[in-house]
Amino acid sequence: MVLWLAITIAIMLLAALSVLFLPNMIAAVMASSVVSLCLTLIFVFLKAPDVAMTEAAIGAGLGSLILAIGLKKLGYLSLDKQGDQDE
Amino acid sequence: MNRWSLANFSALIFALGLAVLLFAVSVQLPLANAPMLVGNSIIAQGVADTGAANLVTAVVLAYRGLDTLGELSILFAAAGVVGLLLTGAKAAQSPLPAGGFVVSSAVHLLTPLLFVVGFYIIFHGHLTPGGGFQGGVILAMAFFLPYLVDYKPLQQEHQRLTLIESVAGGSFIVIGLFSLFSGQAFLQPFLGHGAFGNLWSAGTLPLLYIAVGLKVGSELSSLLINLLHAEDE
Repeated sequence: MVLWLAITIAIMLLAALSVLFLPNMIAAVMASSVVSLCLTLIFVFLKAPDVAMTEAAIGAGLGSLILAIGLKKLGYLSLDKQGDQDE
Repeated sequence: MNRWSLANFSALIFALGLAVLLFAVSVQLPLANAPMLVGNSIIAQGVADTGAANLVTAVVLAYRGLDTLGELSILFAAAGVVGLLLTGAKAAQSPLPAGGFVVSSAVHLLTPLLFVVGFYIIFHGHLTPGGGFQGGVILAMAFFLPYLVDYKPLQQEHQRLTLIESVAGGSFIVIGLFSLFSGQAFLQPFLGHGAFGNLWSAGTLPLLYIAVGLKVGSELSSLLINLLHAEDE
């Protein structure tokens, strides 16, 4: 149980760091939804299924969707790297 | 750009200070064995008081129903402010490119399933984990998905969503007032407990959760549609 928690938290930290360093905006949004999914797993491990469902629906689903709409509005919604688009 | 500018340096100091503060607090907290003062008595009496198999629902809608009403009004204020800020000219044609075959088939397959799952989670909120908030978000997703593949004129949809939202929010308050005028506390469950674990049980809690689910679903979907259709600057 503690081992699984530690693995989940490690994945969560990696995903959170990769949000900062990924060159592609869509990949960054996906990484931030991986953070939410890992948090969902932690809530399941801690036997809080109600909170886990809320986190999965709002954090992973709605949050990523709103971030993606924001990227669309700002014109960053493309699969190219950010640097390529600027040049 | 200078990597070591003053702003970056102060942000680093702020982050380090926050980390030290959080660490100091979390060392002091009795995380694994917190004193359960209210929780134990709710676990002991919750089923007898409300008849709900899911004690979280008993807390959210019966013991702390007024807080849930506050939560709903915060959501209402947030959606209202987004609607206020994003009114004005709407994009005439679809802001998204038309979906391809894979996206449209997946959407047509998933939308009815999502509606069923959302309503299931709302209706069974007093029996199994889940409830109005979780199911409402899933309903909003199900409503929003078809917008990814084809465009519909939104004025009519918007009026319908607003109608559903007002009726649901109003009925939550009306149910609360009903129990107030029948001599109980505001939002105290009535209509009897029913058989424990049945779909028709726990008195008014399922009705309240249906109202919450419809309100959250319609509010979030109108918020998403507003965001999507706002005219680009």
